[in-house]
Amino acid sequence: MSGHGHDHTKLYLATLGGLILLTFITVGASYVDFGSANVVIAMAIATVKASLVALIFMHLKDDKPVNAVIFTSSLVFLGIFLGFCMLDADSRDKVPTGHLTYIQQLDLDEAKKAEKAKAANPPHAAPAGEHH
Amino acid sequence: MSVAEHTHDHGAAEHSRFQQHHFTTAEQQQDASKIGMWLFLVTEVLLFGGLFVGYGMTQSRFPEAFKSAHHHLQRELGFLNTVVLLISSFTMVMAVQAAKLNKQKQLIINLWITIACACAFLVVKYFEYSHKYHDGLLPFKAFYSYTGKQVAGEFHFFTFYFMMTGLHGIHIVGGIAALGWILKRAYQGDFTNAYYTPVDLAGLYWHLVDLIWIYLFPLLYLIS
Repeated sequence: MSGHGHDHTKLYLATLGGLILLTFITVGASYVDFGSANVVIAMAIATVKASLVALIFMHLKDDKPVNAVIFTSSLVFLGIFLGFCMLDADSRDKVPTGHLTYIQQLDLDEAKKAEKAKAANPPHAAPAGEHH
Repeated sequence: MSVAEHTHDHGAAEHSRFQQHHFTTAEQQQDASKIGMWLFLVTEVLLFGGLFVGYGMTQSRFPEAFKSAHHHLQRELGFLNTVVLLISSFTMVMAVQAAKLNKQKQLIINLWITIACACAFLVVKYFEYSHKYHDGLLPFKAFYSYTGKQVAGEFHFFTFYFMMTGLHGIHIVGGIAALGWILKRAYQGDFTNAYYTPVDLAGLYWHLVDLIWIYLFPLLYLIS
């Protein structure tokens, strides 16, 4: 049992300072336009902050490795979940120019069908409604 | 229990009355509890993970709507809450250290500050929510009634905003309850350098709540 322990107050204070500094940096970075890299930068800074919290505040740095393994496993599976979903999301609606996506084709067919129906019997539909 | 098994305690830490008979040593008991807590935190990561994936999918479908909608959030308040939570994480780890070093007064003071920060977070959140309620910036198409200038699909952003910060807020309330119980036991003098596992585990939970906010803040408030 770590009955004696050491005083880590300085380390904890430095960590808090680092976390607040990184918060300032992430707010500052959001005002600069890096294009699509903005999200990557924000998430990278958040991950550095999260690592500081996990390693120092949650003691993973000095803890038995089993806890870090358990926690990391959840991040790995979240990574797979998120990674494959985003791969799907990012590849949607990006079909070569001149081709329609499946959904766009359906919309177009629907619109054509409606137009055809309208052209087939325009004189009856509108006045019929007005008589009653 | 044999006398030999007690030598693990360095002699300084006395045998705790909270050590259960089926554990050989207090250290083994603490290790087992910690593994259990980390497994629980894994389920928490996956619970929030679903929302993060949903956010990612919807954001990539309505990027303009998300960018436009996030201007309704007040960055300053989000920033303030981030700092409040970071400070509470610091005082929490100080409380765990105080228990470990047998400093009773420091333990109680740090727990009080942590709870105060948690309450301050909720007060700020209340002002943010009420401001959105008045503007009709509510989750789901059925409740969303904002009529100002906007891009199609902005209600999707507020659906995720309220679901994510709402679930996180519920965790803050749960944290206050857990820390209140820890504080009560700290007043009873239950925690010594020989036994402080509940303080340690409540701390782990509290840090995870902070960790999730670290991701929520840029995702919701800082879209650019």
